[in-house]
Amino acid sequence: MSSPAPKSPEQSEKSKKYDRQLRLWGDHGQSALESAQVCLINATGIGTEILKSLVLPGIGAFTIVDGKKVTEEDTGCNFFLDAESCGKSRAQVATQLLLELNPDVRGDYVDENIDQLLENSPDFFNNFTVVIGTSLIERTLIPLSKKLWDLQIPFIVCRSYGFIGYIRVQVAEHTVIETHPDNQIPDLRLDRPFPSLKKYVDSIDLEAMEYKDHAHVPYLIILYKYLQQWKAEHNGQLPKNYKEKEDFKSTIRKGIYVDEHGNPEDEENFEEAMKAVTSSIKSTLVPSHVRDILDDDSCINLTSKSKPFWIMAKAVRDFVENEGEGCLPLCGSIPDMTAETGKYIALQQIYHNQAAKDSEVVFRCVQQLLHQLNQPPDTITEKEVKLFCKYASSLYLVRGTSIADEYDPKTLNAQNIAGNLENPENTMVYYVMLRGVDRFYSEYNMYPGEFEDQVEPDIVKLKACISKLLSEWGCGPLAKDDYVHEICRYGGAELHSVSSFIGGCAAQETIKFITGQYKPVNNTFIYDAITSNTATFAF
Amino acid sequence: MDKMGSGEGPDNLQYRWCHLRKVLERTGPFCHPDFEPSPDNLNFLMESCKLLVIGAGGLGCELMKDLALMGFKDIHVIDMDTIELSNLNRQFLFRRRDIGQSKAEVAAKFISTRIPGCHVTPHFSKIQDFDETFYRSFHIVISGLDSIVARRWINGMLISLLSYKDGVLDQSSLIPLIDGGTEGFKGNARVILPGITACIECTLDLFPPQVTYPLCTIANTPRLPEHCIEYVKVIQWSKENPWDVPIDGDDPQHINWIYEKAMERAVQFGIQGITYRLVQGVVKNIIPAVASTNAVVAAACATEVFKLATSCCVPLDNYMVFNDVDGIYTYTYQAERKEDCLACSQVPTTVDIPGPEAKLEDLITVLCESPKFLMKSPGLTATIDGKNRTLYMPTVASIEEKTRVNLKKSLNELGLEDGSQLMVADSTSPNTLIIILKFASPPDFEME
Repeated sequence: MSSPAPKSPEQSEKSKKYDRQLRLWGDHGQSALESAQVCLINATGIGTEILKSLVLPGIGAFTIVDGKKVTEEDTGCNFFLDAESCGKSRAQVATQLLLELNPDVRGDYVDENIDQLLENSPDFFNNFTVVIGTSLIERTLIPLSKKLWDLQIPFIVCRSYGFIGYIRVQVAEHTVIETHPDNQIPDLRLDRPFPSLKKYVDSIDLEAMEYKDHAHVPYLIILYKYLQQWKAEHNGQLPKNYKEKEDFKSTIRKGIYVDEHGNPEDEENFEEAMKAVTSSIKSTLVPSHVRDILDDDSCINLTSKSKPFWIMAKAVRDFVENEGEGCLPLCGSIPDMTAETGKYIALQQIYHNQAAKDSEVVFRCVQQLLHQLNQPPDTITEKEVKLFCKYASSLYLVRGTSIADEYDPKTLNAQNIAGNLENPENTMVYYVMLRGVDRFYSEYNMYPGEFEDQVEPDIVKLKACISKLLSEWGCGPLAKDDYVHEICRYGGAELHSVSSFIGGCAAQETIKFITGQYKPVNNTFIYDAITSNTATFAF
Repeated sequence: MDKMGSGEGPDNLQYRWCHLRKVLERTGPFCHPDFEPSPDNLNFLMESCKLLVIGAGGLGCELMKDLALMGFKDIHVIDMDTIELSNLNRQFLFRRRDIGQSKAEVAAKFISTRIPGCHVTPHFSKIQDFDETFYRSFHIVISGLDSIVARRWINGMLISLLSYKDGVLDQSSLIPLIDGGTEGFKGNARVILPGITACIECTLDLFPPQVTYPLCTIANTPRLPEHCIEYVKVIQWSKENPWDVPIDGDDPQHINWIYEKAMERAVQFGIQGITYRLVQGVVKNIIPAVASTNAVVAAACATEVFKLATSCCVPLDNYMVFNDVDGIYTYTYQAERKEDCLACSQVPTTVDIPGPEAKLEDLITVLCESPKFLMKSPGLTATIDGKNRTLYMPTVASIEEKTRVNLKKSLNELGLEDGSQLMVADSTSPNTLIIILKFASPPDFEME
């Protein structure tokens, strides 16, 4: 059906330009990025920094909502507002200067205050992939949070406040197939070999080999052979604890050939086999976080509106209960190991073919489910099912909480705050400070310490705001005043290097939501540039 | 109420820098003990402080923007590279029309135009083209490099500028080095106070080892597509030499040839997975890179420059790692100095050699492969019988030819013994290093 690949595929301009990132999220990640539409509320320094790291990798389109005019202060912390632009629409200037970065990207702006926009065009946000908010006051933040929560659009709120940075991610539900874990545990099934693996390995006789062949048997075969032997001697049990694994290793060591003087030969494959015992000799199980996904209500009770992730999860669940005999579909790839080409490739093929068989079963089930749910059969492609099966052991699900609930003392998880504040230097203290600043702004319509002659009185006022908040949350008072003093020192200042740090982080979180790859932060991230520490809290 | 920022700003925008003035003209509980709140702090950044940024790539572009917006006005930048298409996904000071031009020059012009009053001086050259006088003129050096050798070189340079009086470091000779590095979604930022905190050489083992494949695997038992590509690159190219030139990773004809030959080899062995992208990656040793990680790491570095220049906060002590594959993770810790660091310890380093029968080439192998040295292509001289003798010099073709014969000679034959001092020159340092030979076992004490 497919034509033979061209002899030497020349790369397109686009794939040359994006080469360094395509190696990370692949062509499919890139095309998701290119069809995404992102909305930025307020073209602050931090806001344009986020968009910069989205425009460069080639996001589809962005829209800036900002009713303010450019001021001199703005040009001191925002690279995408130039000195000549003072007095012009901030949204317009930022849009123009950001578009210069990448001709592939479309961008437009709304020169209107977010509060007006919410009132005048309630459907404005319906079609965005992700919405990013900066410099939002509590009065605006809450209704916006509710709106985007209902629309199920990921909402990322960012702040750059003096030496403190903040990201809050609001998403009702987010699922990830390709989490790209740093250390993937190989799926070898040595404890319960499938028939084709068994047949192949049983046809190999280790002891009958010449030294050269013996030293080039893939370690997977060595582990398999010695494990069979071990199981025969131990009532079919695997080596379970540290001691048994050490014993198992020494039986492998005894298998190394010796030369005519009785010295062990150099057999790297046996060394690799012993090293792999810890990670590879284990019962094949469905990891608990995947079990949770398969047992989730959204998986068990599919509806006509169910998303592809859940339909595939249901098909995998059926597989585990039936053909898989308690196991996930086989991943299908094996690690590299010292080996002779023929045997390694043969093993690779065996795993690959079994994985293809497993995913075919899952794909058939997916098609049946789509039919039952009255969804078009092309909703989920075979390729997507293959990917899902390959990464089945590292699937990820997060159900978030809304910012509106967090700002309501009745629904806030205050224990989280109180617990962390038992250490008065915990980064949580900056969360409390920022919430105090919100409260201060709501009451006085300015930031604490914004005006030179008001710093001292503002310290007192901010302390009062924070005490009120803490008592609303049922938390005790702060141990030290230092943080209140430091926050008033900032007076609402935006330092560009802090904005740029948070801007880079928030852009990557946006890319995670758009591509559906990598795990996003859950759900509050705080950067303390004073000590260069960061912390993540879940509200 | 009086908003901050009255008085003429140095660039005629009186409110432009009011953000910076808040943290520089007010004190706080987390300031460095030396901090004095005053307009002088901003004046120092703007009028006196001179910075050097090394590298105008992914980190360099970000650094220049960050530093210019943190109030610095005298920034120099060195970069020997020209702009390529694949830079444009992150090096945001460059446009399509700039391809082929000097990175340093285009970046400098962009920053100086966008932020009036900030003057960026470009140097379209190698760091090795400048001498001590040049480097001594800066207050702080910031490196955003993708090369470990260049990092080691600048580290060695800043260490060589240190002066000691009666064994005590003269603080005025110290130039801090802020170093950033990224790879994909991972990165690190660090503050190096040469002679005081861990330097690049103290922590050489932190750099990920380069992926290499054993020659016998490539030649006899390939299993991965990478093995097939390496085979063509290392063995087949020199044998068939299609254009009679070394491989140029940027020449599409070369990449095509390697792709086709690697494909043939892969088919022969039944290996799957050769793609054009993979071929390019292996041949050019491409490291993935995204805009976001560069932004984060450069920002962390710029914050530290600002802290060091103003004392408005205590600087990072001294190493931060970053990774945003799974959530956003950072870890900050104090990397430790190595007591016998080759570069900053002032302790002569010993090199362990089996004995006098070891050949000079064995010594060179140790210098290249031991994690203590990891040199690239060392040249060796020694004082033997009161005369200065060049034992081996790889960098000058005529001397290389004359000294090559020494490689096969034993240390004994060359007149070297246990405790002999050698002067070593290598591209990883601007300085000549003195190392002392240490024989593992005297001949009469040898193992059976």
